[in-house]
Amino acid sequence: MTRTKMYVPRETAAVSVGADDVALAIARLAKKTGVDIELIRNGSWGASWLEPLVEVEVDGVRITYGNVSATDIQSMFEAGFVTGGKHERRLGPINEIPYLINQDRWTFWRCGLINPLSIEDFELHQGFKALTKVIADGAEAVLDAVTDSGLRGRGGAGLPTGIKWRTVADTEADQKYIACNADEGDSGTFSDRILMEGDPFGLLESMAIAGFAVGASKGYIYLRSEYPLAHSILSRAIEAARNAGWLGNNIQGSGFAFDIELHLGAGSYVCGEETAMLESLEGKKGIDRYKLPLPAHAGLFGKPTVVNNVVTLASVPNIINLGGERYAGMGVNRSKGTLAFQLAGNIKRGGLVEKSFGITLRELIEDFGGGTASGRPVKAVQVGGPLSAYLPADQLDTPMDYEAFVEIDAMIGHGGIVVFDDTANMAQLVRRSRRKLRTNHG
Amino acid sequence: MAKIDNKTTSKIVVQYGAKPELLVQILQTIVMRFGWIPEDTIRQLADELNLSRADVHGVVQYYQDFRTEEPGKHIVKICQAEACQAMGSRALTDHAEKTLAMNLHDTKDDITLEPVYCLGNCACSPAVMVNGRTYGRVDAARFDELLAGMRSATP
Ligand SMILES: Cc1cc2nc3c(=O)[nH]c(=O)nc-3n(C[C@H](O)[C@H](O)[C@H](O)COP(=O)(O)O)c2cc1C
Ligand code: SF4
Ligand code: FES
Repeated sequence: MTRTKMYVPRETAAVSVGADDVALAIARLAKKTGVDIELIRNGSWGASWLEPLVEVEVDGVRITYGNVSATDIQSMFEAGFVTGGKHERRLGPINEIPYLINQDRWTFWRCGLINPLSIEDFELHQGFKALTKVIADGAEAVLDAVTDSGLRGRGGAGLPTGIKWRTVADTEADQKYIACNADEGDSGTFSDRILMEGDPFGLLESMAIAGFAVGASKGYIYLRSEYPLAHSILSRAIEAARNAGWLGNNIQGSGFAFDIELHLGAGSYVCGEETAMLESLEGKKGIDRYKLPLPAHAGLFGKPTVVNNVVTLASVPNIINLGGERYAGMGVNRSKGTLAFQLAGNIKRGGLVEKSFGITLRELIEDFGGGTASGRPVKAVQVGGPLSAYLPADQLDTPMDYEAFVEIDAMIGHGGIVVFDDTANMAQLVRRSRRKLRTNHG
Repeated sequence: MAKIDNKTTSKIVVQYGAKPELLVQILQTIVMRFGWIPEDTIRQLADELNLSRADVHGVVQYYQDFRTEEPGKHIVKICQAEACQAMGSRALTDHAEKTLAMNLHDTKDDITLEPVYCLGNCACSPAVMVNGRTYGRVDAARFDELLAGMRSATP
């Protein structure tokens, strides 16, 4: 008899609303009823509003049950959950859920799908394929593909990634670094976290590709301390990748050396700013260096350094696998490819929506998000973090396009979207955002 | 949380190769294990890492995680950032302050109550962290349950 595969996410949002208890209840009941199961703790598909979202694989199709609590497990088993039986929590096959199938998954496609801590599962799903190709084809091909893709930084400023990499590649030095910015400090942002918890090897592979492209042998991940689960998952992934020869002095016998160190932040908002982050990585106060030079010329320990956001980096493997033009074919104008929009705050269906640029705020909030959680009218929407702007409801038809947002004095930034209904006290909100900045600036 | 002692501090320093550039990581490890950084520890770290006390002090003061006062046995953090506010974290904070008869930033009995600015759980807001675990969709009733669970858990 084959074992039945079941999936319960081990991801912050899912766990925060009871996924661990659900997993425990399933394991207990399966044992008690003599059902042979393989319980996989996957990452999240990003439909946070449905968490805990549980799946059972039946004839190769993953059947989902949403908003499951530990107290539902008994009745689910009685209703034939093991064979995908009918139950009020049942939502149908995962590949028929509109919230998910209407997305353009490029960067997050493995999140939810695989077991994040299994290198075998990762490799079965194209893991390390891009790194292998890159090592065979040479650095120039990577730099070209990234430039052709039109990929821009997803951490906030939206600078072209290809130019950044090229600058570091062209700078002569005995040592260069890749610094991955995983500080994700703004309210309404969690895409970095979902990626790191759901596809940690994907990030490691991406950093190694960046290292190969620019001639860096060492990478750092600067992770905020508010993410303990991501910390534990990444630590284990780094260890496993080293043991399997995908990090270290001689990756898969190719002669390419690259290793990664994981650093924790310590609760300072300003350390998300790249020069402050570099100071913090050197063990100092994270005060931003107002004076130039650019990190690309003199970054970490004075050496040329690529600083990139998690999502920026994680978009690269598929650019290698599928081609830069393919990525550039999505999106609008100078906003190429996809962005991981994050729906948060007063919204019915909060979560991560990876979608091509050009979609409007309204489509995101209404079609994906289902409007406000309270059912009341939208009063304002914060896009791109507290340093951006609060947009009034009459600007919801603005398309997601870096330049279109600049035109209305706002920023797309990291794609975090926080919705407020008409009961929100905007003056107080703005005051608090300022206070937060002050607190963190001592 | 265990009581901090010089030997363990030294061990942590050695674990990080006594590298001064790993000061933030060393401090973070100490705080995660013991909850705070006493004055004595600052002096010891300066010695063992070959840094000035002012340097270590500066770093400790700069980062919010590095408490210089001993916290309670339980640390409860309530998210005050925008997405959680949109879902009522202000009212939740009022409820917590009233129930616990204490204010944010205070330590009373065995509890320390602190603000936090985003736990990355904004799609399941309001969010709360209790002893390093994140909880989502926390209303007043669920908050009371979390407190009860926290108190009955073995330390
Ligand atoms: C106050 C402030 C906070 C920032 N926080 C972050 C952050 O948490 N994560 C991030 O990736 N970028 C953040 N940035 C942007 C970084 O400085 C930098 O532009 C980015 O990491 C570069 O990577 P990218 O080109 O891939 O976006 C912040 C910038 C400022 C001014
Ligand atoms: S406002 Fe804060 S983050 Fe922005 S430049 Fe000033 S110190 Fe840096
Ligand atoms: S705003 Fe509270 S978890 Fe992000």
